[in-house]
Amino acid sequence: MANTSLSAVVRSIDKPLLFAGAFIIAILVVGSVYTMVTAGTLTLLSPTYLLLQLKVASFLGIVACGMMLVVLLGHIDLSVPWTMAASAMIAAAVGGPWAMPIGLGVGLLIGIVNGIGVAYLRVPSMIFTLGVNVVLRGLMVMLTGGFSPSSQPTDLMLFLSKNDVLGVPNPVIIWALVCFAVAFMLKRTPLGRYIYAIGNRESAVYLSGINTRLVLVASFALCSMLAALAGMLLAGYSSKAFQAMGDPYLLPAIAAVVIGGTNILGGSGKLSGTVVGTILIVLLQSVLSVMQMPEAGRQIIYGVVIIAMLLAYGRGGRLRL
Amino acid sequence: MKDLKLRITQNIGPILALILFLILYVFYSSLHPRGFTSDLFVQNSNEALTLILLGMAQTLPVLLGGIDLSVGPLMTLVNSLASHLVSGSAVEIVAGMIACLVVGALGGLLNGLIVVYGRLQPIVVTLATGAVFSGIALFLRPTPGGTVDPDLNWVATNALAELPATYGWWPNGSPAWFQFIQGIPMPIIILVVIVLVVWIPFRRSETGRACYAVGSNEGAAYMSGVKIERAKLAAYTLGGLFAGLAGLYFAIQTGSGNADPIQAGTYTLNSIAAVVIGGTSLFGGAGGVIGTIFGVAVLRSITFCFRVVDSDSAIGFLANPLLQPMFEGLILLLAVSIGAAGIFRMKNRLSIFR
Repeated sequence: MANTSLSAVVRSIDKPLLFAGAFIIAILVVGSVYTMVTAGTLTLLSPTYLLLQLKVASFLGIVACGMMLVVLLGHIDLSVPWTMAASAMIAAAVGGPWAMPIGLGVGLLIGIVNGIGVAYLRVPSMIFTLGVNVVLRGLMVMLTGGFSPSSQPTDLMLFLSKNDVLGVPNPVIIWALVCFAVAFMLKRTPLGRYIYAIGNRESAVYLSGINTRLVLVASFALCSMLAALAGMLLAGYSSKAFQAMGDPYLLPAIAAVVIGGTNILGGSGKLSGTVVGTILIVLLQSVLSVMQMPEAGRQIIYGVVIIAMLLAYGRGGRLRL
Repeated sequence: MKDLKLRITQNIGPILALILFLILYVFYSSLHPRGFTSDLFVQNSNEALTLILLGMAQTLPVLLGGIDLSVGPLMTLVNSLASHLVSGSAVEIVAGMIACLVVGALGGLLNGLIVVYGRLQPIVVTLATGAVFSGIALFLRPTPGGTVDPDLNWVATNALAELPATYGWWPNGSPAWFQFIQGIPMPIIILVVIVLVVWIPFRRSETGRACYAVGSNEGAAYMSGVKIERAKLAAYTLGGLFAGLAGLYFAIQTGSGNADPIQAGTYTLNSIAAVVIGGTSLFGGAGGVIGTIFGVAVLRSITFCFRVVDSDSAIGFLANPLLQPMFEGLILLLAVSIGAAGIFRMKNRLSIFR
């Protein structure tokens, strides 16, 4: 009896979580063996190191949460990098107590534009958000070209990204709150159900009497607002809002979402997977740099890991008619 | 007559791109201080050919209904490789060029194998293989540098007249027929040769038609006995070959290798934009390489136009080079939004969901 219940437990944990979790442990073991051999310490297992990694991961994690909402719909948001940069730069330029609300408002606006293009004009999201990204970059160049606005983050942004509560860094707390909110939204609210349903078949949801266009706009708006939040936190963390600050976050965010088991065509995936995927990617990059792997090797390993993880559990069905 | 009408409606995307390009280019060359000259055309075609070849590489996966995010990294990989191999004696140069193209095709084939037999989505596969290609490129060329045969560079980036002149084919003066064509830029000739030798035969072959069938409806293609796996593998391999050509030309043009991943990303995104402007459907099954060529021509002539705008005039802000990406983005958004206007003419609202 005990045997069957154990296998039932194992089966109830979904494959992405299992594989990604195992891989995270494998990364830590390999890294620890390396530090043990070279320096005789177990730096990688110290709470300071792990908390620092979580802190670094929280920016990517928040972006990935938003990206996941859009991917669940079967779409993608390539405008994330400059949404991050634009909201952070505008927030820093505005300054004062209104900086963060205005930054989030910038994100909301970008998300609504994306949503209108995808939901109402029916332009493929990949190309529309790509265009929006380029336009945002141009707008930011225009903003900073003529005169140079302040790029200093406000006190609130600094507090939220640099301080900690009872030893837990603030960004990690924010990431956790975002995760809870998004998980609640996906599991317990109609909007969440619509998102999964639209990812499976939009026409069926439309025929069920649901305004699918509004759901698309709402999801794109949420995605962009989360990217804006991450951008402002990142500006606080690096003490400066700068151009191209979001560029290194686009592809890892997509990778985190798909490594976490979310179907890139939409319709299925769990938030817990995205969180684990984020941690995997951040830890992989960090441990490889601890092991003094050159950039070339890191890129290769990064790519191979994504393919290997997906081959292990992300394969599509055979075409059967 | 009816046939002509049908052909126009079927190729409306490329035709619109061609018209837009002609308008932009006439505008540009009329504003240019020296007007339209052979030199100007040579220079412009030089600036366009790399992206044209890369756009062609992107077109094939898009025709299948997929996408290839690794074309840029594959291009930089071949570019870095070429900066090691394409120099020395004539035999070495030819062998090096062939090796570069083989590596490009193999990179595409790798994508195809993972997509077909791994049954993964092209967007995530190429995201990952793109990282791998970037890594290999960085490994080959950690800092920009290397050399490419300077004679080759001179020939490939100038008018046709330089080809016999550089290699001394006709020491007693060129024959009369050559006088007519010697002003044609070499990049244009390279492009025409590639289209005639590679694309047209592929498009007319069984496998080429199969690619279009798979792109428009994979299930129907399967039921009709189309060899789906072969079509996909062929399309990705040919895409890799085009990316290899782009990398090789880029190396010949710049005379060096550069493995910058950011540049690779920009090229990938521009290639997608060019494919869309050229009238290839991102859902697959419609469009082609010819449209993409005009798509790149449109993108590039926008950049050219901004160059000749007088920076003191009322629209002088257009001349700011930093703003050019924004206008390219706006034009891209405008183009795809106009393309989406058909949505409002649909009789059945259900048909807007694909």
